[in-house]
Amino acid sequence: MTYRDEKLEEEKVFKDPVHRYIHVRDRVIWDLIGTREFQRLRRVKQLGTTYLTFHGAEHSRFSHSLGVYEIIRRILENFHDRDNWNEEERLLCLCAALLHDLGHGPFSHSFEKVFKLDHEDYTQAILLGDTEVNRVLSQVEPGFPKKVADVINKTYSDKLVISLISSQIDADRMDYLQRDAYFTGVSYGHFDMERILRVMRPMEDQVVIKESGMHAVEDYIMSRYQMYWQIYFHPVTRSAEVILSKILHRAKELYEDGYKFELKPLHFLSFFEEAPSLEEYLGLDENVVMYYFQMWMREKDPVLSDLCERFVNRRLFKYIEFNPNLQMKEWRELYDLFEEADINPRYYLEVDSSSDLPYDFYRPGEEGERLPIHLLQPNGALKELSRLSEIVESISGKKRTDHKLYFPADELERMPEDSETKRRILGILYGKEEQ
Amino acid sequence: MLENHAKLMHFFDSCDEVVGRKRLQKMVYIMKKCGIRFEERYEFHFYGPYSEELTLRIEEMCNLGFLSEAMEEKKNYYQYRYQLTEAGADFLSHAEIDRPVLDNYIDAMNGKSSRFLELVSTMLFFEHLPKEEIEEKVYTVKSKQNYKQEEVEEAWTFIEEMRYVS
Repeated sequence: MTYRDEKLEEEKVFKDPVHRYIHVRDRVIWDLIGTREFQRLRRVKQLGTTYLTFHGAEHSRFSHSLGVYEIIRRILENFHDRDNWNEEERLLCLCAALLHDLGHGPFSHSFEKVFKLDHEDYTQAILLGDTEVNRVLSQVEPGFPKKVADVINKTYSDKLVISLISSQIDADRMDYLQRDAYFTGVSYGHFDMERILRVMRPMEDQVVIKESGMHAVEDYIMSRYQMYWQIYFHPVTRSAEVILSKILHRAKELYEDGYKFELKPLHFLSFFEEAPSLEEYLGLDENVVMYYFQMWMREKDPVLSDLCERFVNRRLFKYIEFNPNLQMKEWRELYDLFEEADINPRYYLEVDSSSDLPYDFYRPGEEGERLPIHLLQPNGALKELSRLSEIVESISGKKRTDHKLYFPADELERMPEDSETKRRILGILYGKEEQ
Repeated sequence: MLENHAKLMHFFDSCDEVVGRKRLQKMVYIMKKCGIRFEERYEFHFYGPYSEELTLRIEEMCNLGFLSEAMEEKKNYYQYRYQLTEAGADFLSHAEIDRPVLDNYIDAMNGKSSRFLELVSTMLFFEHLPKEEIEEKVYTVKSKQNYKQEEVEEAWTFIEEMRYVS
């Protein structure tokens, strides 16, 4: 028997709070889970800084990756004898599902923005480079790592395979919505996944849903909508994310200015240079980052130490709703007043927008923009979801953007009571001047 | 504040209008690949390089009144037109951003179809590969578009010219 077809003597299972059990029978999958690059995902949280808002949200990209694999495994069980499905692609799909997040780094959203990195590049590098994952995949066949990389990069020739892992109703989203709901403890995020899996049908170049399953899909879209506003766009989480970004910016700026750190930030040096090697990238997980933040609390630089103390001890920035169009003048005034008050506005004043977050809503889209969810009608025709579902149509047209202004309210409170600058700052922020 | 939005507003300020979201996506991607510092991250989607961040920023600029969006219903889809508004121009005038000259890039792309820009951006997405592999990739991932060899040749020439535009 070839390595590709090799099965474990008995099925292994991982107990999972979302899917009950993750079933593994393929030797390749079992070996991939055991690689150091996959095990590293245990040390990267799925929801980054959300744990500072919802304390349960400590789950890792490791458990999410297993979940996506399990969903794909179940979908493919259903596809087994269906038209348009090529059973030869089964192992490829399972590997791509398991490994799709392999390149995520610590608090990856902020890290990538500050250090101009892209986790997708590192996923490719891990799959194709000198790694344990690459050695396992290469045993299947020499070109197999490239195939997995192409599926994850969405450039594989079989678009049906891609759409299972990455589309507007894919295994990735179906796992993270349910998993994030479970670990944050919210009641949104639940939908009838079993029903969706039953009505999924493989077409030539995409997965579609039988029209009779429309209501289950509506539920999924509603869950997605509510999770975005209640969890992913939560303003307190965004405050933590703002502080995290500011820490990274400050550390980088200090490094560039030749500042002598009390503890040399060895793990960060290549990030400051915006060119970490694969080994350096893999060496920086969230445990290491949190160690540095603890140490930087004792640094002489008051901005770096204060920001780290805020992050570690959850002393976050406060926020107000902000309209960058109507309040452009106030922004400029605030910026000047912060400087007057000796509070560096580059680190203590920030407008954060919903587009700064890595989550999206369902979008029917324009032709050629992004593939929507298609319903398969009894006559074999396909129709875009929002054209048949009033519920989806109504939330697809809603305003989905917002902007918030973040600032250190505690710092402002500490300013002298008789300070004119303080009075003017609070006047702008809260719309009333302090007596 | 909103520096990345302002960079996009500078782009709209340099255009009369942009018709079509796909066209918009590809224009920004091509300029980014030519070294213009747009920060929106792109991934490969069904129709080529696509940026969700760009889509969201456009939506935000429309909601803020910085950009006007007109929707036209076509046979099987909607088409959108974008123009910078007065409020957008005012915001842009105060923004502290670099303002690279984009006119020549825009002129060059305005003369081309969306289909052609989709081809060019797809080729640029694979630019790290050798030329033959890029073409092979195009024929694989874009098999339905049936691009002809002449179009691919024209795209190579176009890419070469765009690299020297300033």
